[in-house]
Amino acid sequence: MNLTRRQALITALSAAAVAGILPRSASAQSLEDAMAAFTGGAETSEGGIIITAPEIAENGNTVPVEVEAEGAARITIFAAGNPNPGVVTFAFGPLAAVSRASTRIRLAATQDVVVVAEMADGSYQMAAQEVKVTIGGCGG
Amino acid sequence: MEGVRPRVRVDSATEAGAVVEVKTLISHPMESGLRRDGDGNLIPRQIINRFTAEYNGEMVIDVTLEPAISTNPYFEFDATVPEPGTFTFTWYDDDGDVYTSTNDQSF
Repeated sequence: MNLTRRQALITALSAAAVAGILPRSASAQSLEDAMAAFTGGAETSEGGIIITAPEIAENGNTVPVEVEAEGAARITIFAAGNPNPGVVTFAFGPLAAVSRASTRIRLAATQDVVVVAEMADGSYQMAAQEVKVTIGGCGG
Repeated sequence: MEGVRPRVRVDSATEAGAVVEVKTLISHPMESGLRRDGDGNLIPRQIINRFTAEYNGEMVIDVTLEPAISTNPYFEFDATVPEPGTFTFTWYDDDGDVYTSTNDQSF
């Protein structure tokens, strides 16, 4: 394809405009970036993970979450609606009886809690659950 | 950091190969670095960034924490106890401090 200078300029400008008027895409992108950093860009398939979290959390400062994925080497939790999506990563050693852990996390607002597990064979599974938050955590 | 106190509760294994439930809690503000003080200045981040549980030197769980972990980080997990020995729990603070706690298993 043979672009004229004018066409090239218009293309560049419209790309910049799209990037400028969609600031929300920045946070969505960072969840994707965080997931890609965990999986190394590998494909993830749905299922194989049990997330236990409340449907409604009155206090976003401390939301109990339990994750379990049979045979997982690592499990990580993301909160897409937080200022930073990363929450915690569990790496299970040889003396972990099952690939299960529970903790308490901060959620800034109602959002999906996204869990990705790296299985023993190097494949990746993911699951998500929405948690409604009445009072957001993360301070501010 | 001063005044950080780990608390650990572990089931007692009754035989070799038993699975025990481990519950750990450590008192820590987990300052996220996103909050502002009364004058509008950002309060610097200070969190526990890593927690490990080992048994006789073998890893049970190695946890990487981000600021989205709640104040007083709590973890619960299951460990296999292959022989009598000792659990060692270690928490790593942003300021370089390391806090440890142990639990003996004999049966």
